[in-house]
Amino acid sequence: MYNFDYEAPSSVAEAVAALAAEDAQALGGGQTLIPTMKQRLAMPSTLVSLSGIAEMKGFDVGNGAVTIGGNVTHAVVAAGAGAYPALAELASHIGDPAVRNRGTIGGSLANNDPSADYPAAALASAAVIVTNAREIAADDYFQGMFTTALEDGEIITGVRFAVPEVANYQKFVQPASRFALVGVFVAKHADGVRVAVTGASEEGVFRWAAAEAALNDSFSADAVADLAVDPANMIGDLHGTKAYRAHLVGVMTKRAVAAAT
Amino acid sequence: MPKDSGIGASPKRREDVRFLTGNGNYTDDINAHGQAYVHFLRSDLAHGKINGIDTAAAEAMPGVVRIFTAADFEAVGGVPCGWQITDRHGEVMQEPKHPILAEGKVRHVGEAIAAVVADSPEQARDAAEAIELDIEELPAVIDMKAAVADSSVKVHDDLTSNLCFDWGFVEENREAVEQAFQDAAHVTTLELINNRLIANPMEPRVAIGEYNRSSDDSTLYTTSQNPHVIRLLMGAFVLGIPEHKLRVVAPDVGGGFGTKIFHYAEEAFCTFAAKACNRAIKWTSSRSEAFMSDAHGRDHVSKIELALDADNNFTAVRTDTYANMGAYLSTFAPAVPTWLHGILMAGNYKTPLVYVNVKAVFTNTVPVDAYRGAGRPEATFQLERVVDKAARELGVDPIALRRQNFITEFPYATPVAVEYDTGDYNATMDKLEEIADLSGFATRRAASEAKGKIRGLGVNCYIEACGIAPSNLVGQLGARAGLYESATVRVNATGGLVVMTGSHSHGQGHETAFPQVIAEMIGIDESMIEIVHGDTAKVPMGMGTYGSRSLAVGGSAMVKATEKIIAKAKKIAAHLMEAADADIELKDGQFSVAGTDKSVAWGDVTLAAYVPHNYPLEDIEPGLEETAFYDPSNFTYPSGAYACEVEVDPDTGKVSIERFSAADDFGNIVNPMIVDGQVHGGIGQGIGQALLEGCVYDENGQLLSASFMDYAMPRADDLPFYAVDHSCQTPCTHNPLGVKGCGEAGAIGSPPAVVNAVVDALQSAGKNVTHIDMPLSPGRVWAAMNG
Repeated sequence: MYNFDYEAPSSVAEAVAALAAEDAQALGGGQTLIPTMKQRLAMPSTLVSLSGIAEMKGFDVGNGAVTIGGNVTHAVVAAGAGAYPALAELASHIGDPAVRNRGTIGGSLANNDPSADYPAAALASAAVIVTNAREIAADDYFQGMFTTALEDGEIITGVRFAVPEVANYQKFVQPASRFALVGVFVAKHADGVRVAVTGASEEGVFRWAAAEAALNDSFSADAVADLAVDPANMIGDLHGTKAYRAHLVGVMTKRAVAAAT
Repeated sequence: MPKDSGIGASPKRREDVRFLTGNGNYTDDINAHGQAYVHFLRSDLAHGKINGIDTAAAEAMPGVVRIFTAADFEAVGGVPCGWQITDRHGEVMQEPKHPILAEGKVRHVGEAIAAVVADSPEQARDAAEAIELDIEELPAVIDMKAAVADSSVKVHDDLTSNLCFDWGFVEENREAVEQAFQDAAHVTTLELINNRLIANPMEPRVAIGEYNRSSDDSTLYTTSQNPHVIRLLMGAFVLGIPEHKLRVVAPDVGGGFGTKIFHYAEEAFCTFAAKACNRAIKWTSSRSEAFMSDAHGRDHVSKIELALDADNNFTAVRTDTYANMGAYLSTFAPAVPTWLHGILMAGNYKTPLVYVNVKAVFTNTVPVDAYRGAGRPEATFQLERVVDKAARELGVDPIALRRQNFITEFPYATPVAVEYDTGDYNATMDKLEEIADLSGFATRRAASEAKGKIRGLGVNCYIEACGIAPSNLVGQLGARAGLYESATVRVNATGGLVVMTGSHSHGQGHETAFPQVIAEMIGIDESMIEIVHGDTAKVPMGMGTYGSRSLAVGGSAMVKATEKIIAKAKKIAAHLMEAADADIELKDGQFSVAGTDKSVAWGDVTLAAYVPHNYPLEDIEPGLEETAFYDPSNFTYPSGAYACEVEVDPDTGKVSIERFSAADDFGNIVNPMIVDGQVHGGIGQGIGQALLEGCVYDENGQLLSASFMDYAMPRADDLPFYAVDHSCQTPCTHNPLGVKGCGEAGAIGSPPAVVNAVVDALQSAGKNVTHIDMPLSPGRVWAAMNG
C-alpha cells in the first residue's frame, strides 16, 4: 500500500468537496478498494471515507419502495429489508460475515463488479440510484464491467428499490471466490417482469429481454425452459466456459421463477 | 473403558492451548534487534533473457540498505537438490543450477531477480519498484509433452533438452510386461491428469537471518518442517557455513503439507545478507508471493493400462507418466514421481508384473515437489481409477474385483522392489462396507433421485509406503541424505523428562502424543514430559517431519533412548535396593525387586543419578541422559478402504459429497483422536484436490490461479461429516511401537473415491462418461454430461 491522506467527512457536501482533490477516492466499506490498494494496484492520494455520513445511513420503507442509504452495510440490509424479502435474502449471501459487516450497498453499486450481486437486484428492481447530484435509473446506470454513469466525485447517497409483487435471486457461486459465477434476479412488477443477470456477461450485468417477454406472457418456470442466451458474449475462464455460463443463466432463471411463484 | 493416559488414550492436544489463545510463537512473531527487511523483485515473465538490471535509482531511495542481484552470489552455490535419479539408460538426471537470484534468465513467474534490503518493508518495496529491468521475453515452455517433443526452446540452455530424466521401473520387466499385455484377455486403458496443486498452508513462509560478528555465528529462523536438513543443505552446499557456526530454528510452524520441507532460496538469501549487511534480515512472504514461489505439488499426466486374464486376475500394470519438475529441481522433486510413486504401483494387488515409465520435464513454472502423499496419491489415483474402469468394462462388481486380486499373505514381496510387512485388505474392506452402510446405498440413491439428484458411490483401496526410510535402501536409490531420526531423552533430577526430537511438529500433535508413549513406558504422568523440537541448538540431530515418519521413525528413536534410560535407571535402582539388575521391574513409576515388597520411586532414582551420594560410581556415570538414532529397516505400509457417496445436480453439474467413510489400518495407535484429526485433514485435502483445487497456467506461463479468488481451497461447507475407523490393526513388524504412518493416508486414499463416485453417478444416469479430470468443477461435470 502506498501512503495516502485520509478524510472522514460528516456530510455529503464535505465529502464532495474532499473528493475534488486530485486522485481522491471515495471509500465505502473498502472490500474491493483496500485489497486493491494493498496490492499496489490503486494509489489514491486521498481516501474519503463515507462511513461517518449520517445522511447516508437511512433506511426508509413506504409507497411500495425501499430506500437504502449509500453506506448501509449488507448485514444491515439482510436484517432490515424485510419489506423486500428477496433483497434481504440476496444481501445475506454476499461474501462472508466479515464482508457483510463492512461492505456497503453504495460501494458495491459504484464498483459494479461484473460478478457482484447488488447490480442484478438494482437492475431487476428498476431501482433508482440517488447521488449527491441527481437520480439515475438503473437501466441507465450500469454501463459495463466496472463502469457506471457516475461522474468523477459523484457519490451514491442512496438507492430506491421498487418492491416487486414477487421476486427471487438465484446465485451459482464460483467455487474459489464465491462471487456469482451466474446470478439471476427475477422480479415481477405490476408493469412487467424484469430479469437481470450478473456474473455471466463480458458486458457486466444485463437484462435478459427474451426471458422477460416469455415471463410476461406466462410467469412460470416452464415459460423459460426452452430459452437460451447467446454464449458469444458470456465470460469464459478457468471456472466455466461461455457455453456453461449461458446454460447456467437458463437454469438459474428457471429456479428463480420457480422460487418466486 | 477407554484409557485416560498413555498409549491408546486421547488426551486433548496440549499445544492447542497456545495456538488457540494466540500465544503460538511463529517465525513472523520473532523480531531481531535492529532488523532490516527484504523485498524480492520477482519476475512477471515466465521466460526471459536478463539483459540488464539497473539499481542506481533504487539505491538512492529512502531507507535502502543494499540491493542484491545474482552478481552478489557468484561465490556461493545454488540451491541443491537432495535426490539424484539414474534413468533407464543408465544416465544420471540433468541437474541445472538453481541460483539464489535469477542468473542470466528468468525461468518462471515469481522467480526472484533482485532483493532490496531496507529499514522498513514499505521502503524495500518502494525501492524494488524503482529497479529498472531490461528483460527480453522468450517463448514459454509450459506443456510437458510439447517440451519433450521439441527442445528448440529450452528452459535451461546448458542442458541438452527439457527432459530431466526418463526413468523405467522395473526396467528388466519391460519386455515381460509387454508380453503380458499381448497375452491378456482384457486390457483397460485410462489417460488422466493428476492436477497441479498449491499447498497454501495457513502460515506463509518467513525467514530471518542473523549474524553475530563477535562469534561469527549465523542463525536462521525459518518456517521449516526440518531445520537440521536446512542447516545441512544451506550450510554445506550453498553458503559454506559449517554446522557448528550455523543454527537453524523452526519454531511453531502453521502447517507444512510438504511445501515447507524444502530448502528455499529466500532462506539462503536472508542468512547471507545478514552477514553482508551486518544486520538481521527478515522476509515475510505475502500470500501472493506464496502462490508463485512455494513449491507446487502433483502435476502428472499419465496413461495407465491394466491387463487381466480370462478369470479377471490382474496380470500386469503399465504406466507412462510425464511429471512436471517446474523450472528448477526442488529438494526432493526427482524422488516424488519415481521412488515414491513407482514402488506403489502394485497397490493392494498381487499383480505379478509392473512397469512404470516416468519422464520428468522442465517447464517455465514454479518448481514442483512433495505435497501431502507425494507420489503415492498419484500412484493410487491411477491404479484405483483403472481398476474401477476395468470393473465397469467387465460388468463385475468393483469391490469383488478388488477382493479377488487382493494380496492376502504377508510378508509380501511386490514386483516393484518393496516388501509389505503386514496388512489385511479384506478386513478393512469388510469394515468399510459396515461403516459406510453400503447395503443401504440403493435406498439412498432412490431418495436422491426423488429430489432430482443423481447419486453415485465410489469405493477404492490404497496402500502406501511411509515412515521414510531405510537409509541404505534410499542411498542406493539416489537419496543424498540418510533418513533415520534421533532423540535425546534428558531426565532431570526431580524426575521430569525433556525429549529432544528431530521430528518437527507443525500441526501433528507430537507434544501430546510423544509424552503418551514415554508415560506408558515408565508409568509416570504425561505432564512430567516435555517435547523440544525445531532448533538445531537444542536438538542434536534430526531429519524432520514428512512422509508420515514422525512416530514410526522419530518415535522409535525416542523409544530406544527411553529404553536406555530405563536400563540405566534400573541399575541405579538395583544399587539403591541392594539387588541384582536383572531382578528390577519398573511399573507405574516404581522400581521394585521381583518377588519382594522392596521398591523405590522413579523420582528417588532420578535424584540419585544427579546427587550420587549412594551410587554405583565405579560402574556407571552420574546423570540420566541418553541419545538414540533409529534407522528403519523397511517402510511402513498403512492401507485402507474408502467410500464416497456424491449427489450430482444434473442441471448444473455441481457435486455434493453426501457421505465419506474411511477404514484404515495404521497398526497400533497412540492417540486415536489425533489419528482421527490426521485422517480428517487428509481427506479434506483429497476432496479439495478432487473437486476444487487446480493450479492453472496459461500458454504464456502466467499463473491464472494466483490468489484465493481463483484457487479454490476446500471450506467446511464443502465437506461432509466423515465416518472414520481405524480398528483394523495389523501392527508393523519392524518398529518397536508397531505403528504405521497416518498423516498422508487421507490425502492418498480419497481422490479416487470421489472420482469413482461421480463416474458411477453419471453412468447410473445413462451417461457414457468413463473419466473426468480433477478438479471435478461443476463446469467440467456438466460438460462431461453434455459432451
